[in-house]
Amino acid sequence: MTNPAPSLSIAALRIRFGDAILRDRLSCGDSIVWVAAGRAHDILAWLRDDPGQGFDYLTDITAVEYRDGELPLEVVYQLRSLKRRADLRLKVELDQSAPLAVDSVCDLWTGANWLEREVFDMFGITFRNHPDLRRILMWETYAEGHPLRKSFPLRGHFSRSEQTRQALAANPEAHYSLEELSIAEAYRELPVEMRERLGRGQRGEVA
Amino acid sequence: MGLTLPDAEREQAEVSGVSPNWVTARLSDLVNWSRTRSLWPMPFGTACCAIEFMATAAGRYDISRFGMERQGFTPRQADVLICAGRLPFKLAPVIRRVWDQMPQPKWSISMGACASSGGIFDNYAMVQGIDTIIPVDVYVPGCPPRPEGLLYAIFLLQKKIQGESLTDQSLRVERTLGPDGLFRSPAVIDEISEPFGNSVHQTRSS
Repeated sequence: MTNPAPSLSIAALRIRFGDAILRDRLSCGDSIVWVAAGRAHDILAWLRDDPGQGFDYLTDITAVEYRDGELPLEVVYQLRSLKRRADLRLKVELDQSAPLAVDSVCDLWTGANWLEREVFDMFGITFRNHPDLRRILMWETYAEGHPLRKSFPLRGHFSRSEQTRQALAANPEAHYSLEELSIAEAYRELPVEMRERLGRGQRGEVA
Repeated sequence: MGLTLPDAEREQAEVSGVSPNWVTARLSDLVNWSRTRSLWPMPFGTACCAIEFMATAAGRYDISRFGMERQGFTPRQADVLICAGRLPFKLAPVIRRVWDQMPQPKWSISMGACASSGGIFDNYAMVQGIDTIIPVDVYVPGCPPRPEGLLYAIFLLQKKIQGESLTDQSLRVERTLGPDGLFRSPAVIDEISEPFGNSVHQTRSS
């Protein structure tokens, strides 16, 4: 079902953040709001924490580069409020003449970790204060650049034989180790009660 | 009819040098026959071809009928590597290691358009044919091939094995990566990876 009217969050954002809200648009029932790159983290934090907004779920982070090289790159945040059943799309424009960088939102949504790594891997956009900003889809020694940029040739920069040579030289276990998945670390970060329960082999109950 | 031949017939058989209790055959025929009927597959499924492989292995088509009863999912106890699906460059060292871990005698089947040639994925991430990484015995066309296609490939492989010579040691030579870290020469890989079909209108600069 498409919403006929823009999200009420946009009006609230304009009141709260004023000039940092650049423009907004309703597209196919989805509300899109463009915000200033420097304020994006504050705005996202407010959208998450304000009781009237409650965007507690980060659906996706991605980026867009337009064919027109003059246009800036966009980092796209798709937010969802599970409680209010409302969506909001937030976009940050990054000028191509400056270094492509934006503040990480890993501190707001832990799930942003891999999403931001993917955007970094594919577009070369740096996320400041990201705890572990490494490539995630391409292997770590991948040397051809960031594949989803418009300047990247479809078949890559190197010849097929050079690509094959570099791929075969990579160590596959560097990607799929327990260390990479951080399973052990994730276990330590669980609440004490849950660790104790898992230690007994007891499973969680559906509330 | 009893188990023993009547005296008259036995005498006749002894005279002609044929015994009903003995069969003679060439050793390689016998060994090859047993090899063709106990090909243990190592499925390397990466995409939709793997779904067709599962259908081939399941009850309706049942590759067990042709001696592929045991799918070990361990390369150390397998005879045939079946690469079912596209192979990204990131998996190239993985399939190479799986192949190196398989003991001789071993064969491989490249299942589907992507494994055989890169298929529609003529892009930066995809190996343009697994024969640039490991040797391939049978290629199966299709996107994905139907189970009949894979079964036909297995029959072709059995036919090939039946024709192998036990004394020909060159068949069992491990073909490892060369000193340049490649399985084939760079010129061959570049030639194999040339664009074709729908991708001919794409150029490296586009």
